[in-house]
Amino acid sequence: MTYGILTAAYISASVLFILSLGGLSNQEKAKRAVWYGIVGMAVAVLMTVFTYGGGSLGWLIPTILIGSVIGWYVAGRVQMTEMPQLVAALHSFVGLAAVFIGLNAELELQSVMAMSEVAREALNGFALKLAHKTSVEISILKVEVFLGIFIGAVTFTGSIVAFGKLAGKIDGKPIKLPGGHMWNAVSAASCLILGILFCNDAGIWTMVLVTIIAGFIGWHLIMGIGGADMPVVVSMLNSYSGWAAAAIGFTLGNDLLIVTGALVGSSGAILSYIMCKAMNRHFVSVILGGFGGDGGPAMEVEGEMIAIDADGVVSALEDADSIIIIPGYGLAVAQAQQSVSELTKRLRAKGKEVRFAIHPVAGRLPGHMNVLLAEAKVPYDIVMEMDEINDDFPETDVAIVIGSNDIVNPAAQDDPNSPIAGMPVLECWKAKQVFVSKRGQGTGYSGIENPLFYKENTRMFYGDAKASLDTLLQSIN
Amino acid sequence: MDNGQIIGTPKELAKGEARVAMTPESAIHLQKLGYRCAIQSGAGKLAGFSDDAYKEAGVEIIKTAKGLWEKAGIIAKVQQPESRELKYLAKGKTLISFFNPAGNEEGMEAAKTSGANVIAMEMVPRISRAQKMDALSSMANIAGYRAVIEAGNNFGRFFTGQITAAGKVPPAKVLVVGAGVAGLAAIGASVSLGAITYAFDVRPEVAEQVESMGAEFVYLDFEEEQQDGAETGGYASVSSPEFREAQLAKFRELAPEVDIVITTALIPNREAPKLWLEDMVAAMKTGSVVVDLAAERGGNCEGTVKDEKVVTDNGVTIIGYTDFPSRMAAQASTLYSTNIRHMMTDLTPEKDGQVNHNMEDDVIRGATVTFEGDITFPPPPPKVKAIAAQKKPEVKELTPEEKREKEIADFKAASKQQFTLLGVGALLMLIVGAFAPASFMQHFIVFVLSCFVGFQVIWNVSHSLHTPLMAVTNAISGIVILGAVLQIGSESNLVAIMAAISVLIATINIVGGFLVTRRMLAMFEKS
Repeated sequence: MTYGILTAAYISASVLFILSLGGLSNQEKAKRAVWYGIVGMAVAVLMTVFTYGGGSLGWLIPTILIGSVIGWYVAGRVQMTEMPQLVAALHSFVGLAAVFIGLNAELELQSVMAMSEVAREALNGFALKLAHKTSVEISILKVEVFLGIFIGAVTFTGSIVAFGKLAGKIDGKPIKLPGGHMWNAVSAASCLILGILFCNDAGIWTMVLVTIIAGFIGWHLIMGIGGADMPVVVSMLNSYSGWAAAAIGFTLGNDLLIVTGALVGSSGAILSYIMCKAMNRHFVSVILGGFGGDGGPAMEVEGEMIAIDADGVVSALEDADSIIIIPGYGLAVAQAQQSVSELTKRLRAKGKEVRFAIHPVAGRLPGHMNVLLAEAKVPYDIVMEMDEINDDFPETDVAIVIGSNDIVNPAAQDDPNSPIAGMPVLECWKAKQVFVSKRGQGTGYSGIENPLFYKENTRMFYGDAKASLDTLLQSIN
Repeated sequence: MDNGQIIGTPKELAKGEARVAMTPESAIHLQKLGYRCAIQSGAGKLAGFSDDAYKEAGVEIIKTAKGLWEKAGIIAKVQQPESRELKYLAKGKTLISFFNPAGNEEGMEAAKTSGANVIAMEMVPRISRAQKMDALSSMANIAGYRAVIEAGNNFGRFFTGQITAAGKVPPAKVLVVGAGVAGLAAIGASVSLGAITYAFDVRPEVAEQVESMGAEFVYLDFEEEQQDGAETGGYASVSSPEFREAQLAKFRELAPEVDIVITTALIPNREAPKLWLEDMVAAMKTGSVVVDLAAERGGNCEGTVKDEKVVTDNGVTIIGYTDFPSRMAAQASTLYSTNIRHMMTDLTPEKDGQVNHNMEDDVIRGATVTFEGDITFPPPPPKVKAIAAQKKPEVKELTPEEKREKEIADFKAASKQQFTLLGVGALLMLIVGAFAPASFMQHFIVFVLSCFVGFQVIWNVSHSLHTPLMAVTNAISGIVILGAVLQIGSESNLVAIMAAISVLIATINIVGGFLVTRRMLAMFEKS
């Protein structure tokens, strides 16, 4: 197949990818948009295989088949509550693939350089392209290889750590080696030096070292970030995987890779920005891990937490006309989305207005709560964003907080010394009554005391979110 | 002191009227303003004030009404004057009384021709400064209280729930319609007697007052922009038909539950709205009581007979009395006479016993219906609003000029930012372009444009779809498979194996990513 046709295929694939992302602006369009993406991908892969991979179908067919089966199996089996870890795991694959392709590019380059003029003419595929490069182009190529490998390796180990934390296989608390960010700085500097050596033909060993050191940076960086910041981390890694793909695209001179990588990279960057904004924190301070320096003692919390039993909650719900439910990560952990959906259905059947208020960083992934509620068949038009619903709390009879903590913490507004001061929060305490479903009296992920629990109109409904909701369901018909 | 004007109070002529506009106590205060006081013999008898008590307070007792009207420069009374009283009006005299200026043409005409100055107590504007002379409020307060007492008198059960040795008594449920002064007073009395009290009003802003009195506000499921009571001087105004329907539906729902209904809904100068319809009365339990405080203007309840108590076929008592304040004459007279006294205080800034009828004063101007031969009713709207207006969003209305200025400033700031960014960007591009070869620049253009397109597209993605967005970008970042496909045909085994692994994991990424996105999107459903 000719180069022209391949380029045409790449152009259509690029357009389809853009349409696919653009289609996510609304739920109904999105269902069609995902098909654009699938078709674009199929066109790109098939055309590339027919053009360049004709001789290696023996390798390609089995690997693609095995990969598809694994992908299909994983996608079918994953629980919606496990979405964050799945996304993180998939990011690590892109990172690893980028590292391999970068190393390969260098190996091919070496072998091509060693060939005679005659032998070069006989090459095909990627090697042929390499053979035609001038010396300036080759040094640029080396920079690109270096960037691809570096970003890829950071993404790879970073995503593995993020996966471990989200899956609960690694402790969610921030952990750093003694010396903290000095390690990252030193590592990054040594990678840079190795990169310069590499560009001066120091050989492939430099890149192997870069892979290892960058891998260490990814591990150490993400280990140092607490669980509550995971939405930012996951979208940041999403962005990195895109930039890695773009760097590989430069290496290989493939425009489709560049376009796609840039799209994914900017998408991840915007998501990270939105998440940071929702927490009123700077991207850098999230990445450097932990909450920033303490500006003074936190405000003393007065009052006591008053517990309530299921009957009390039921009678308040029976009397209420308008109810707002604020789900958080605890809902996902307890797998309580079906119960909350059932509760919503029954309350709505009684003519009560039930809505959901979603904070942008609720959960461990941007949009995590929306997906969970959608899974449990909660209609998306009663699921509101923070800005849409925050003004409605004063007219609301009952607010139910299920497994969220920092996103409903009034200290963000009242206490300038609070670590989350200035973070936009859901003002649920303005509702006439607030019920907080919570496992125990402990603080949330960030370890901050929450004055909401001590407010006069707040009642604590202790217990596992799912078990608590199920007891409510027994009394509400 | 002797040259002060005389304030006189005649005996009320209206049948059943027991109130009196001057009490011995108020007379003492009036005398401190420099006035002399006179009262018709026996005027305070029904309210429990004997002639001797007045005499003791220094009030002159005058035998006949005629004598009193002639002697007094200022007449203070309760009910609107009847025609034979109107004849006594003359130039220079001031009458302070309820006057019903909107529905009392004869009186207005007579007052105008006589040249007397008439201050109508119901016209006192509802502003904070005038509260002390707001006789409507003080009478409504009594009416509200008395309505509960009348209801209790006709209701065969306790108000409060009790558990006694002789069995359990459920608490009475009371619904108060209209949370004006009378309504709030009724709520207060009913709550303190121990009944479960609900209250309704068309003005949602009074919900807070209702709740502060210990009753539960009945909200409607109605989403029209509700009227702001502040615009109409704190009174309710006519509501839309849809609103009325929603309201009636709510009442219909409550009717079988409540034991006592007290309706106080009045719209100024209009027939009282019918709110408690026949079917609601029929739905009530036997022995229930409806007290209609709006009976004077036709009543809120269908079945109300003015000034009478009727019992319906299903045993519901409907009380349509209009003389609740008069039924508590001592209390009513004390409060009313105090209102009159405060009015006199405002009319006598010098405390010299001479009326200074200052038509510049908002309150006096508002209450005066005829002045020196002119009809001065209706008054211009008061400068101060009766109650605090509903809280409006704090966005300041900008004038067109300010808006324009702001727009220009915003535009300038945005342009500055964009120009800086573009400048820096262009500079960077130039530097890259100066050193990089043409083949790189071609790819670089594609890269920069794609970033740009990416930024434009992603901003439009709905927040709720961020997880699907991540999954789909994840899937398409599996495009690195192309790189691996290019390399897999390599002669070097190492390269081929690494490329094969890359193809494998990139495929997992692509297939897994797309499928999971599809799964998620399929779940989003509209209600």
